[in-house]
Amino acid sequence: MIASAPITWYQACRTIDVPKNGGVCVKIREEQVALFHFTRTDTWYATQNECPHRNQMALSRGMIGSQGDIPKVACPFHKKTFSLETGECLSGDECSIKTYPVKIENGWVFIGMDE
Amino acid sequence: MRIVIIGNGMVGYKCCEKLVNRIPPAQRTITVFGEETRPAYDRVHLSEFFAGKSPEELTLAPAAWYEENQIRLLLGDPVIRIDRASKTITSHQGITVSYDFLILATGSAAFVPPVPGTEKKGVFIYRTIEDLEMMRDWAGKCRTGAVIGGGLLGLEAAKALVDLGITNTHVIEFATRLMPRQIDATGSLLLEARLKQLGLTIHTNKNTAAIEGDDNVSKMRFTDGTELSTDILVISAGIRPRDELARAAGLETGSRGGIVVNDNLETTDPHIFAIGECALHGNMIYGLVAPGYEMADVVADRISGRHRSFTGFDMSTRLKLIGTDVASFGDPFIEGDNIRTISVTDHQQGIYKRINISGDGKTLLGGVLVGDAADYNMLLQTCKNQIVLPPQADALLFGGRSAGEQTGMGVDSLPDAAQICSCEAVTKAAILKSITEDGCETVDAIKKCTKAGTGCGGCMPMVKDLLNHTLKAQGKYIRNLLCEHFPYTRQELFDLVKLHDIRSYDEVLSQLGSGHGCETCKPAISSILASLWGEMILRKGNDTAQDSNDRFLANIQKGGTYSVVPRIPGGEITPEKLIIIGQVAQKYQLYTKITGGQRIDLFGAHLSDLPAIWEELIAAGFESGHAYGKALRTVKSCVGSTWCRFGLHDSVSYAIRLEERYRGIRAPHKIKSGVSGCIRECAEAKSKDFGIIATEKGWNLYVCGNGGSKPQHALLLAADLDSETCIRYIDRFLMFYIKTADPLTRTATWLNKMEGGIDYLRNVVVNDSLGLAAAWEEEMQLLVASYECEWKAAVNDPEIRKRFSHFVNAPEEKDPTIAFAPLRDQKRAAEWK
Ligand code: SRM
Ligand SMILES: Cc1cc2nc3c(=O)[nH]c(=O)nc-3n(C[C@H](O)[C@H](O)[C@H](O)COP(=O)(O)OP(=O)(O)OC[C@H]3O[C@@H](n4cnc5c(N)ncnc54)[C@H](O)[C@@H]3O)c2cc1C
Ligand code: SF4
Ligand code: FES
Repeated sequence: MIASAPITWYQACRTIDVPKNGGVCVKIREEQVALFHFTRTDTWYATQNECPHRNQMALSRGMIGSQGDIPKVACPFHKKTFSLETGECLSGDECSIKTYPVKIENGWVFIGMDE
Repeated sequence: MRIVIIGNGMVGYKCCEKLVNRIPPAQRTITVFGEETRPAYDRVHLSEFFAGKSPEELTLAPAAWYEENQIRLLLGDPVIRIDRASKTITSHQGITVSYDFLILATGSAAFVPPVPGTEKKGVFIYRTIEDLEMMRDWAGKCRTGAVIGGGLLGLEAAKALVDLGITNTHVIEFATRLMPRQIDATGSLLLEARLKQLGLTIHTNKNTAAIEGDDNVSKMRFTDGTELSTDILVISAGIRPRDELARAAGLETGSRGGIVVNDNLETTDPHIFAIGECALHGNMIYGLVAPGYEMADVVADRISGRHRSFTGFDMSTRLKLIGTDVASFGDPFIEGDNIRTISVTDHQQGIYKRINISGDGKTLLGGVLVGDAADYNMLLQTCKNQIVLPPQADALLFGGRSAGEQTGMGVDSLPDAAQICSCEAVTKAAILKSITEDGCETVDAIKKCTKAGTGCGGCMPMVKDLLNHTLKAQGKYIRNLLCEHFPYTRQELFDLVKLHDIRSYDEVLSQLGSGHGCETCKPAISSILASLWGEMILRKGNDTAQDSNDRFLANIQKGGTYSVVPRIPGGEITPEKLIIIGQVAQKYQLYTKITGGQRIDLFGAHLSDLPAIWEELIAAGFESGHAYGKALRTVKSCVGSTWCRFGLHDSVSYAIRLEERYRGIRAPHKIKSGVSGCIRECAEAKSKDFGIIATEKGWNLYVCGNGGSKPQHALLLAADLDSETCIRYIDRFLMFYIKTADPLTRTATWLNKMEGGIDYLRNVVVNDSLGLAAAWEEEMQLLVASYECEWKAAVNDPEIRKRFSHFVNAPEEKDPTIAFAPLRDQKRAAEWK
C-alpha cells in the first residue's frame, strides 16, 4: 500500500456560488485557489490561482474548455493553457500548476490540501 | 577562462553572442578591443545610412548589451601588439590583458591600388560609418562621381553616389566585365544595360593610371590615355585582410594576405584563432558575412569544449541594389561534358538566367540570375540540398517567383535541414518550429524568435512562404474551421445559429459542437450570438463563454487590475464630465491617460471596485466605451466646420451620430472609425475600418483601413454621399463584414482576402449585387435599437454584480498580491517577474 500524504479538506464555497462552466478564486489559509466547474459533466477542478507564466493571480478568471479529452483553463493574460487534471502546461511551456482534489457535500465545495 | 577578442566588427560581435550563449559568466572573462569608436554595426546594410538609417539603428547591440553580459568592451583602442610567449596583448592606450584564448576578428580594409593621387581630398573608401559620413559631407558640392571597382561593393557604392544626388556617376572596372567573380559574361552585359538605366556609366577594361587635382580630386587619368573629370571618387577595388598584427606576432599569413587557419580555425599558434574576413582558410578569404558567422560559431563551440570544424562555405550572393536584381549561387561558371547549362536571355526586359545542372538532369549545380532574382532562394536551397529536380528542369527558369510552385519545387519540397537563413544558420525545421510550437504568426515574430532574416535579409521571401504554407496547413487561413470543437467555419456557424434560433453558447455547443469548448470558440460564438440577437452579453449563462475581458467588461492589466474606459463619442466632452472623471480617478486611485482613440482611460481598478466606479460614472451620464469588446471602439473626429477655418461640414456631430449608432455592436474584431471635416484629414479617417471625409458635396466613405502592425489605408467606397446614404452604406458594409469575416479578422484583412477586392465590395454594398442590402439594413436597425449600456445592466443586476469580487469566499477582500509603483505624479503596475 502506498501511504498518501494526509489531506485536510477545506470548505470553499457553495456550489451555486460558482458560475456555470467557469471559475472562481477561493482563499484557503493564505493561499489563492482557482476552482472550476464543468456543468455539462458536473466535474470540479481546483488549481493554484497563480499563472506561472508571469506570476499573475488570474487563472480563476480564465476561460475553461477541453483539448481532446483533457479539461483545461486558458490564462486571461497570454492565453497559456493548462491541464486541470495534471497541471501540465499545454502550450508547450516548461511551467506547470498545482492541482488539488475537490469533493462536494450537501451543496458545499471542499478542496483538499496537504497539511 | 580568459578570452580576448580583437576587432568588434560583425563577426567579432557574433562571436561574443555565441560565447555568451555557451559559457556562463562565472567561467569566463571576455575582453573585446575595437578600433572603431562604435560598437559593432551592420556593415552589410551600411548603404542604408544614406537612406536615413542612423548609426544607432545599424548597431548590432548597444554598449549596454556587452555590460549586461559581462563583456569588457574597449572601443577606440586598437590592439598594437600580441606577445605570444607571455600570452598577453597590448593596446594603443597601453592596456595589457592576458588571454588563454585569443580571437582575431580584425576584418579587412579596402584595398587601395598603388596609384598616385589617392591621398587627395574627395577620394574615399567605402567600409565604415565614418567613411560614409565623410562622403555625405563631401557629396553636396559634387556633380560627377566615379567608383573604381565594378564588383559587388563597387556597384553598391556607385548606387549610393546616385542616391546622394550625383546622377552622373561612372564605374571603372579593370576586368572585361562587371562582377567577374559572381556572374558570367552574358550576365555582366545584361547587368551593364540595367545599370545604365539607373544612370550609371560603365567603363570596363579600364585601368587607372593617376588621380589628379590640386588639393581636391578633379580628374582621373587611365592607362589607355583617356581621362575622366570627377568631383568625388570612391575606391572599391577589393579587400585586404587586416593581418598586420598577426604577421608581426609571427603567425603564418598568406602571400596575398590573410591569417592562415586550419579547419579548427586555429592560426599557427593553437591558442589564437582567426575568424571573419581576416582569416585565410583553404587559401580563401570569405568576403561575406554568413561564412564569418559560421566561423564565430565554430570557435565558440571549440572554446566551450565542443568539437566542430569549419569546412568551407557556400559563396552564393545576391546583390541588394534597388532596381537591379543580381544573384549567383552554387558554381555559377561550371562547364564540361557532363554538365547541362540552360539559359534564357531577354534583352528587352533585361533578364538573364542561367542554371547549370548535372548531366543526368537530377541536380542543380549553380547558376546566375540577372534582372529577376525572385527565385534565388528557392534555387539556392534546391542546389544546396541537392533536391532531385523535376523532369522539366528548364521550367525553373520561367515565371518568376511562382516558378518553384509550378514545378513542384515549393518550400515544402525542402528537407527540414535546409538552411533558410545562411547568415544566422537557421534551418527550415527551426522556422517551422517557431510557427507550430512557439506560436509565431508573423514574419516579424519569426525574426525575433529564430533570428532568421536579421542578417542580410535575403531569406525573407522564403520565410514568408514557409509561414504562409504552415499556417495554411494548420488551417489558420484556408481551412477556417473554428476549432476542434466545431467542424464549421464562422460564417456557417453564424447561419446555423440564426437558423436554429440558438441564444446561448452552451446550447450552441450541445447542438452543433462537441467537448467542452475552448478559448477560441467561446469568444467567437459569443460574438456571433451578440451580433445576431443584441442581448446583454453576460446573461443566459453567456458570461463564462466570453473572453475574460468581456466577462468583466474591462481590460485586464498587468498585475490583475482593470482599466475603465467610458465612451466619449467623437472625442467631445464637457468640462463637467472631465471633472467627474477626475474625481472618480482620485477616489479609486486610478492612473489616467488620454488614449490614442480620443478618450480617457483609467487604469489600475480592483475587480471589486469596478461596479462602484461604473455606478458613479453612469450617474454622471457616462456609458461603457466597449474598450474590452470586439465592438465599435471610437469614432475619432476633427473639430470640423464648427471652429476650423477649413472645415466643410460638422465632422464632430457626424462622428457622435455614428458612434452612438454603432456603439455596443459586436463584430469579428474591433471596429474603429473617424470623420474628418476636410481633405486635410486631421481625424486620420483613412486609417480606420470605416472613415468619412467631408467634400464640397457631402461625404466620401472609405473602408477597410487599419493601423496596428500592418497599416493600410482605407479605400474609397463611394463619393459625395449625403449623411443618410452614407449611414445606409455603412450599415450594409458592417453587416456584410459581421456575417462573413473569420474570427479576429479586421476589415482590412477581410478585404485583402476577398476575391474581387474593393470593386466586388462596392458592387455588393452600393449596387446591392447580392440583393441583401434591405435585409442588412433591417438587421442593423434591430441591433441599433436593442442597444443598452452593458455596465448599466451589470450594476443593476445583483447576480451579475456579485461576480465582481476576487475571492468568492471573502468578497470584500482585494487581491493582496496586487502592487503598484509610483510613476511621475501617478502610479503604474508593478513590473512583473
Ligand atoms: C489604451 C490604448 C493605448 C493608449 O493608451 O492610447 C490601447 C490599448 C490597447 N490596445 Fe490598442 N490601444 C489604443 C489605441 C489603438 C490604436 C489607435 C486608434 O484607435 O486610433 C490602434 C491602431 C488603430 C487600429 O486599430 O487600426 C491600436 C491598435 C491595436 C492593435 C492592433 C490591431 C490591428 O488590427 O493590428 C491591438 C491588438 C489586437 O487588437 O489584437 C491592440 C490592443 C490593445 C490592448 C487591448 C492590448 C491588450 O490586449 O491589453 C490594449 C488594451 C489596454 C487597455 O486595457 O485599455 N491595439 N490601438 C488605446 C485605446 C483607444 C481607445 O480609446 O479605445
Ligand atoms: C558596403 C558593404 C556592403 C557589404 N554587403 C555585403 C552583403 O550584401 N553580403 C555579405 O555577406 N557581406 C557584405 N559585406 C561584407 C561584410 O560586411 C563583411 O563580410 C563582414 O563585415 C566581415 O566581418 P568582420 O568582423 O570579419 O570584419 P569587420 O566587420 O570589418 O570588422 C573588423 C573590425 O575589427 C577592427 N580592427 C581591425 N584591427 C583591429 C585591431 N588591431 N584592434 C582592434 N580592432 C581592430 C576594425 O576596425 C573593424 O571594426 C559588405 C561590406 C561592405 C563594406
Ligand atoms: S501599443 Fe502595445 S503596449 Fe501600447 S497599448 Fe497598444 S498593445 Fe499595449
Ligand atoms: S500570465 Fe498567464 S499566460 Fe502570461
